[in-house]
Amino acid sequence: MTKVSMTVNGKAVSAEIEPRTLLVQFLRDHLRLTGTHVGCDTSQCGACMVHVDGRAVKSCTTLAVTVDGSHVTTIEGLAKGDKLHPMQEAFREHHGLQCGFCTPGMIMSAVDIVNRKGHNLDEATIRHELEGNICRCTGYHNIVKAIADGAKHMASTPAE
Amino acid sequence: MYAFTHHSATSIADAVKSVGEGKYLAGGHTLVPTMKQRLAMPGNIVDLNKVAELKGVSDNGGVLTVKAMTRHYEVENSPVVQKAIPGLAKLAGGIGDPQVRHRGTMGGSVANNDPAADYPAAVLALNATIVTDRRRIAADDYFKGLFTTALEDSELITAIEFPHADSFSYAKFRNPASLYAMVGVAIAKKGGAVRVAVTGAGSDGVFRWKEAEDKLAANFTAAALDGLAVSPSRVNGDLHGSAEYRAHLIGVMAKRAMGA
Repeated sequence: MTKVSMTVNGKAVSAEIEPRTLLVQFLRDHLRLTGTHVGCDTSQCGACMVHVDGRAVKSCTTLAVTVDGSHVTTIEGLAKGDKLHPMQEAFREHHGLQCGFCTPGMIMSAVDIVNRKGHNLDEATIRHELEGNICRCTGYHNIVKAIADGAKHMASTPAE
Repeated sequence: MYAFTHHSATSIADAVKSVGEGKYLAGGHTLVPTMKQRLAMPGNIVDLNKVAELKGVSDNGGVLTVKAMTRHYEVENSPVVQKAIPGLAKLAGGIGDPQVRHRGTMGGSVANNDPAADYPAAVLALNATIVTDRRRIAADDYFKGLFTTALEDSELITAIEFPHADSFSYAKFRNPASLYAMVGVAIAKKGGAVRVAVTGAGSDGVFRWKEAEDKLAANFTAAALDGLAVSPSRVNGDLHGSAEYRAHLIGVMAKRAMGA
């Protein structure tokens, strides 16, 4: 067993875990943060996406021990109390989800795209940047619309 | 994934001393999936993610040095890389997807030598030097076949040194699902010398296409490659594309790298 400590959604956590524990297992099974999903489990679909030190990563392909000392943000860390994050609100508004399984990863990816590329995103940029996310319902059209709109609203809202 | 012991290395010396029969963990975007599938089962993992001396990019005006744990995203966005060898920054920005680029490292990619990886083509075309904890290896002596390199057990890549080129460009045809190169061609010109490296296609991994180098050294235009073809006998065929298809793509990608 190895001790890991990290900050998850602003809260310091530490635990004794097996070194083979994936970050997504640590989040879901140890911290009970089940908003982060395991889709393909082969680092292709992006349902497991979280932010590590401000950058989107696939938590199914990252060992928890490797991000010891990092700041991790999951989908649970975006809303402020009952108030949804502007990107979550945009997904709701534009019907950017069907079954919803990919949604946490899509939203974490979307926020990361805005952090890297700014608030005025054209469709081609969004589609290109979504390369690491797969929607099994193929609901991309509304996802792209939601991200473009959410990006604009993030400009008028304080950063996460 | 099978159980293993984990050591978070604090320095290059500490990493090399600790690895034993185990494996180094860089970005983990090949090693972790391989371990999950039980295709690799190292008993010991030496984690390089906290080794500060393995991170960073520098340039002395003639040689660009990328330390091994520099992530693809950092190579893509580094002003130093963009100024020294802009085509290398562009290549890094085309690896995998954004999340892979946030984790994957240049050292990890070059150590693994996946036959469809992008960096090996850049390393070979730019005549780079692989710097390890114990020696310096020329690119021409480094790549030894599929997933095989000149690295000894426990030998650790610490940096890769890229001599500046007059021009460097890379074109690839990506597998739309895996985003790996079906074929990638890197072309570097320095003075009268031209080096052409092909990844994704060779049945022995990344290779130099000498016939194209000769043609381009005489006439550095896409048209110089007209009629030139790689024999399918040295090219991989699989469910994604036959050897004949890939051999054809090499010519097409080489011309695209030349701006055609």
